[in-house]
Amino acid sequence: MTKRLVIKDIEKCVGCSLCMYACSRKFTKKAEIGVDSSGILAVSLSGFERGATVIFCRACFDPPCVQVCPTNALKPRKGGGVIFVEDSCIACGNCIEACTIGAIFRRRDGKPAVCIHCGYCVNYCPHDVLAFQEVEV
Amino acid sequence: MNVLYIDLSKYRYEIVNRKDLFEEWIGGVGVGIQLLKEELNPNADPLSEENVIVFAIGPFTPAYPLASKTVALFKSPLTGNLGESHAGGRTATSIANAGYGAIVIKGRSKKPIYIVVENDKVHFRDARVLWGIEDSLIVGRIIAEKEKGRGIRTVMRIGGGGEKLVRYACVTTETYRHFGRLGLGAVFGSKNLKALVIIGKRSYSPKDKKSYKKIYDKIYKISLESDAMQKYHLIGTAVNILPLNELKSLPTKNLKSTRFEGAEEISGESFAAYNLGRRIACNHCPIACIHIAALRVPYEGERYFYKTIMISYDYELIYSLGSMLGIHSREGLLRLIHKVEAYGLDAISTGVCLAWATEALEKKLISEKETIVKLLFGDYEAYLKAIDYLVRQPNDFYKTLAKGVEKASQVYGGKEFALAFGGNEMPGYHTGYAAHLGYLIGLRHSHLDSGGYSIDQKIGEAKPKEIIDKLIEEEKWRQVLSSLVVCFFARKVYTPEVIVEAFKPLGIEIDENRLFELGSKIYAEKLRLKVKMGFNINSLRIPKRILETETLHGKLDKKFFDEALSYYSKIVKELI
Repeated sequence: MTKRLVIKDIEKCVGCSLCMYACSRKFTKKAEIGVDSSGILAVSLSGFERGATVIFCRACFDPPCVQVCPTNALKPRKGGGVIFVEDSCIACGNCIEACTIGAIFRRRDGKPAVCIHCGYCVNYCPHDVLAFQEVEV
Repeated sequence: MNVLYIDLSKYRYEIVNRKDLFEEWIGGVGVGIQLLKEELNPNADPLSEENVIVFAIGPFTPAYPLASKTVALFKSPLTGNLGESHAGGRTATSIANAGYGAIVIKGRSKKPIYIVVENDKVHFRDARVLWGIEDSLIVGRIIAEKEKGRGIRTVMRIGGGGEKLVRYACVTTETYRHFGRLGLGAVFGSKNLKALVIIGKRSYSPKDKKSYKKIYDKIYKISLESDAMQKYHLIGTAVNILPLNELKSLPTKNLKSTRFEGAEEISGESFAAYNLGRRIACNHCPIACIHIAALRVPYEGERYFYKTIMISYDYELIYSLGSMLGIHSREGLLRLIHKVEAYGLDAISTGVCLAWATEALEKKLISEKETIVKLLFGDYEAYLKAIDYLVRQPNDFYKTLAKGVEKASQVYGGKEFALAFGGNEMPGYHTGYAAHLGYLIGLRHSHLDSGGYSIDQKIGEAKPKEIIDKLIEEEKWRQVLSSLVVCFFARKVYTPEVIVEAFKPLGIEIDENRLFELGSKIYAEKLRLKVKMGFNINSLRIPKRILETETLHGKLDKKFFDEALSYYSKIVKELI
């Protein structure tokens, strides 16, 4: 058993982006103000009249992003998703292209920002869209 | 802190570090006023190339939640004086994440354009094809699909109102938020600027990471768990309709009355029960106070076909396009709101202009030759047509009414029931002296200057001097809030104590006294700029109607106003 970030009810998303700011802040030693290293993105659905949604890594078991990484900077995570070894990354952007749902984001330095399923953002989702749950592996 | 200067006449831009301004004046309004002083000729024609637009944010964006607003400053084409308007959406965070504390827009493009600010680059894009699209929602959708930056950008744009220079046209952002009051949309239109897109993806480290996270959590907790923002959590600002109606304070049918027989039907409670379809949030705000109604409308002449429109509503819109026009029908009211939204007009000014026109028609100051359609309180179909005419301006009457109710009443008469203060149409509170004095002396003639409506509801018998002092005290503090720039709805969250604490992890030491001092200083700076632009306390007009219709404090007395204003004019003299 392992825990992952999951969607509880996507229809409840109000597009506040608090998850994005939480993601950038999550490691106290590297805490950032902003959204550059956020591994989650809140968007409107072509305008807020159609509501909002969040996009993040859905923790594939056979992740295409790992397959296209030339330097092993992305490794499969036990329980799905990836582990990102930043120092090995050469910012080629292959992983960003490879993700079918566009859940890997390019930081300003060119390297990827991807959800590591730590669950920190759930504490800042005020409307119960996100949850951090044990999932069957 | 960087300021981005964009010159539309030369299609050039420049990024300048203005740490000096942000250190001295916090940000937002404080810095914006200084930038206007530097860049704008106070005598400029607001619709000429000379007008300057400043967008400014504060030091708490995007560090803390609820610091979600941007201040726009410009010379207002509606009043001919200082224009100030605030909007949320993703404006503030996008400007901050793009690396700016403020954006200054000067000059005028020869042809229609829109601008894309992408971090440290500015792209000037051809907007000739977009020019003429009257529906601001469609404009937003087209640009959103064409440009990148989904989720990390703001798309500010104008609809038909701004293009046609309706003096109270707004700039719309993220579909439902607005730089609503005082005509920024017309200034965009006059500059041939259809839209401004800002894409931002920057991050920076706080000085003290550990205490930053701690104070972040504290603010987050207060905003959700205390009752500081409860009103906005639940029914939203529309919750005010019923109590204000009870208090004889809800302006109805051009303020002929302050009790509306249809209040129940258009109350926040009714909207919540029958129409509320979704709620959304400004960026970095957990509250999600934006209440959106779902309106199901059948196709005309075709069975079993429906369209569903999502329409954002708030107290001020329900007042101005509802009770003020005598509209009982929620569906009719929503259609009026949607029309105003699509054209990009300020709802308050539109409603007040149409209410005046209705009464002027009743009193035969004008005829149907002028109004084209027979305006009648309660008849929303007629008002829907009249709003088309305000934008398309098929005759002199609508051309004049598009310049505001002050101007229209100068030409056609009916000044005594033309409800404008300092040239700006009245907000929805006929609560008493504090509200109206606030509209008269507030530095942007708005209910948000000093919250006079709230003073009226708390205060018993009071002297003119006492009310003026209270208004000024509140307005000075609001200069601090709008320099930070935090949402006014979060004013109970951002107490002086919390503000001081929140500054620390960002590496800024400031104490409460200094904050109050800055509030007074910014107030005075703003007042001086306004005086340079022609603000004169002696030329303020008090519409007779507000003395005729009962308020929460009974009927108001002209003498009280005279005394209050003469006391205020002494204060003005000392300050400038």
